[in-house]
Amino acid sequence: MSNRDQVISKNELLRVEGLEVHFAARTGFLAALLSREKALVRAVDGVDFSLGKGEILCLAGESGSGKTTTGKAVLRLIEPTGGKIWFKGEDLLSLTRQKLRLFRQDAQIIFQDPYESLNPRQTVFATVAEPLEVNRICNSNAEKEERVIEALCDAGLNNPRELFLRYPHELSGGQRQRLAIAGALVLKPDFIMADEPVSMLDLSIRAGILKLMVDLRDLKGISYLFITHDLSLAWLVSDRIAVMYLGKIVELGSADAVIRQPLHPYTRALVSVIPVPKSISRRDKKLLKGETPDPVNIPVGCRFHPRCPQVKPRCREEEPCFREILPGHFGACHYL
Amino acid sequence: MITSEQKKDLFALWKKNLVSFWGIYSQNKMGLIGLVILIIFTLMALFGPLLVEITTMAVDDVTQVLHPPTGNFWLGTDDLGKDIFAGVIIGSRVSLLVGVAATAISMIIGTVIGIVSGFYGKTIDALLMRITDVFLVIPWLPLMLVMAALLGPSLANIIFVIGITSWAGTARIIRSQTLSIKERPYVERARAIGSGDTHIMFYHILPNVFPLIFANTVLVAAIAILSETTLSFLGMGDPTRVTWGMMLHFAFSMGAVSFGAWWWLLPPGICVVLVVLSFTFIGYALDEVLNPKLRRRD
Amino acid sequence: MLLEVENMTTYYKLKDGFVRACENISLSLKQGEALGLVGESASGKTTAALSLIKLLPENAKVMSGKISIAGRDISQAMEAELRRIRWKEIAIIFQGAMNALNPVRRVGDQIVEVLRIHEKMTDKAALLRTIDLFEQVEIDPSRVRDYPHEFSGGMRQRVMIAMAIACNPKVVIGDEPTTALDVMVQAQVLQLLEKLRSKRRMGMILITHDLSVVGETCDRVAVMYAGQIIESGPTERVFENPAHPYTRALIAAFPNIEGERYLAQSIPGNPPNLLNPPSGCRFHERCSESMKLCSCQEPLPVKLDSGHFASCHLLGRRVLS
Repeated sequence: MSNRDQVISKNELLRVEGLEVHFAARTGFLAALLSREKALVRAVDGVDFSLGKGEILCLAGESGSGKTTTGKAVLRLIEPTGGKIWFKGEDLLSLTRQKLRLFRQDAQIIFQDPYESLNPRQTVFATVAEPLEVNRICNSNAEKEERVIEALCDAGLNNPRELFLRYPHELSGGQRQRLAIAGALVLKPDFIMADEPVSMLDLSIRAGILKLMVDLRDLKGISYLFITHDLSLAWLVSDRIAVMYLGKIVELGSADAVIRQPLHPYTRALVSVIPVPKSISRRDKKLLKGETPDPVNIPVGCRFHPRCPQVKPRCREEEPCFREILPGHFGACHYL
Repeated sequence: MITSEQKKDLFALWKKNLVSFWGIYSQNKMGLIGLVILIIFTLMALFGPLLVEITTMAVDDVTQVLHPPTGNFWLGTDDLGKDIFAGVIIGSRVSLLVGVAATAISMIIGTVIGIVSGFYGKTIDALLMRITDVFLVIPWLPLMLVMAALLGPSLANIIFVIGITSWAGTARIIRSQTLSIKERPYVERARAIGSGDTHIMFYHILPNVFPLIFANTVLVAAIAILSETTLSFLGMGDPTRVTWGMMLHFAFSMGAVSFGAWWWLLPPGICVVLVVLSFTFIGYALDEVLNPKLRRRD
Repeated sequence: MLLEVENMTTYYKLKDGFVRACENISLSLKQGEALGLVGESASGKTTAALSLIKLLPENAKVMSGKISIAGRDISQAMEAELRRIRWKEIAIIFQGAMNALNPVRRVGDQIVEVLRIHEKMTDKAALLRTIDLFEQVEIDPSRVRDYPHEFSGGMRQRVMIAMAIACNPKVVIGDEPTTALDVMVQAQVLQLLEKLRSKRRMGMILITHDLSVVGETCDRVAVMYAGQIIESGPTERVFENPAHPYTRALIAAFPNIEGERYLAQSIPGNPPNLLNPPSGCRFHERCSESMKLCSCQEPLPVKLDSGHFASCHLLGRRVLS
């Protein structure tokens, strides 16, 4: 890396360049026999971003945008098929098994579904203690118990001992999500990938979980990659937002910049349909036609062009490059 | 070490689980009947033979050959003057023992293959499933007969043979459940915290497959006992041991039918049927307990 | 008044007792009006909707209440009359309806079937009507012969809407019609519902947990908590001056991208168990402003201004701006 890169990387926790995750598509039997080409699902098709220490970066987008796949690829829960990832300066894709294990202690995940992401047969204690046991971290049971209590308290579950022998189905949705967070915190990670952490929770519970995440960042300096389809949540919680469409980032900037001054036509459309409480007088909504196409059939040229209200001939042939438009505010469009 | 307070808590938890399990299980009449029958036969198998030795129930009387039930011989005698009631009691021990042991072998093989196959997928799965298919497809009776004939009629061989021929169905069921559990987010989480494959299979997949294993075990046990009876009846059993199957074997081969000695034929047969029924009933009840969707609503 | 519900109560019978899913629900719907029924999970909103057309499971019973449609009292209607009412007067789009299509039959055939059963049309007439319905819900009519798996989630939801309006009902109930859809598709579907409603002058009841959906499309809103309607009124008024503490908390949690960034406080605790609801006001255990009275006596609806009601003991004491 050049000098400039090294200067940047002092405060940088994670850097992703040209990340690609391609899957072979399942085609019918006949199609597989007759055609030579295998259809490819280009779920993530060239993504660049970096995450600073203590920063909350949101990957926002609709289904098919590749945001969840990107998040899991960064954790190596899904293997990337191309590109490079650096975590704390080390090349993530060429780690030894030993180092990969250590990486996993530093990079944790919170899932979307608080009902399915916990083993129904594990007690609360077992769930939070498992990461310690698997990584052989504690030397004594007393130490283990202490760390479990610490993690449960950090996650806002304030009577930890009473919960030790409870099972997930005895807890409410919000408590389960806090349990999942405790299970991630117990390893004292520097980085958490949160995949739609509140979308399956009741509205009255969401704020508490989001506040917990932000507090943990403030207190412990944990960085987050926050994945969501809800732009208003993204705006509330993140420092920067990256809007994804069909496997690529189309806009990246600070939360305020992206929401208040969106550059890319897709972002502008998404922002225009965010409901705002007080102005019930209908705002000018830019509804797009149609739906996000299948990642098997990514349009040629700018992948957004079939739905873009400002499409011009160049868009149909040439893919726009992702470049800095305003300081710190990037976009991928020919006409910005 | 776990503290004594934690031990108390764990015990209380275990008790709580058992009580709630029983609460649901006891609602099911079939399950209760099956359980009662099984308990009776288990007691019979455990203590019966001792009682038979202690009391003078089994005094054989060579003079009373093929005698129908009387005061002395509650179920009559066989062609050698042996007390059939005593025979039924003694036979219960071996029959149940074979059933349990063969089931254990079958379930262990079936579960291990099922989980490993489902978990790893691809080549390992393909290989193991082809082997399973072979065992599924071969008709079990001829296979058992051939193996029994080759290995010789000892009890251990019978247990082995039954175990070997009945694991395939279990493996398939466990594999498909494993495939489903493998995709659950909590398994992905286990991977994210650094768990190895064996840990995931043992701590996450196995406990969640366990209810299925439990219900399946009960049914396999029924089949195992029936298989032992069949093998013995066909003459492949251990002639030195008294089992219900052997009693039926001797009854038939010694002409009990033509003699009209129903007291020799019916008791062992009815015992087998009752035990198999009890396992089946328990299996149904377990299914309802472990699969909440099957429970009847009020 | 198109639809009027007075003091409807629905209970579920369980082994351990009665679950009081809906307690004294009263609502009204004018022709062409959209009412939003907002509540979180287990607030009783789906039960309320199903109770209107008595599509409840076996262990549920509408204990009391009067339901009338277009002036006709249908509370005591028998199954035969209910079958006529369902779909032809009141249609419902179920939650997760987009997954309710039969995967092995063509989409057009499924709508034709509905038409043949309810309207007793011939095949040919039904097909023509189906094509017309597809156009109304903005799907290319040539797709009548496609199978459900060939449609995306949003398209399938449109098909379900087409099925719901097939017999020209007076009232359409949508139970979480846009949950599980992408944001843009959600906006499209809501716009479609709005268009259909105004064109056909249908009454619409939109059941959702998402306040934002209500804010955009409904004229009036009723907020449900633990089986009761705790506040109702014109949408704008309820949003600007929420009276009940629960409503206020929900609205505070609604992110406002034109305002300041702040994370509202969560409401502590959990929704109550309806087998044994709390005494007095059902919200008092989680309410930051509860008084002693709240735990003893159930609050009655207080009229705040025209059409805006809320049930809270604090209202007598507070001066609304």
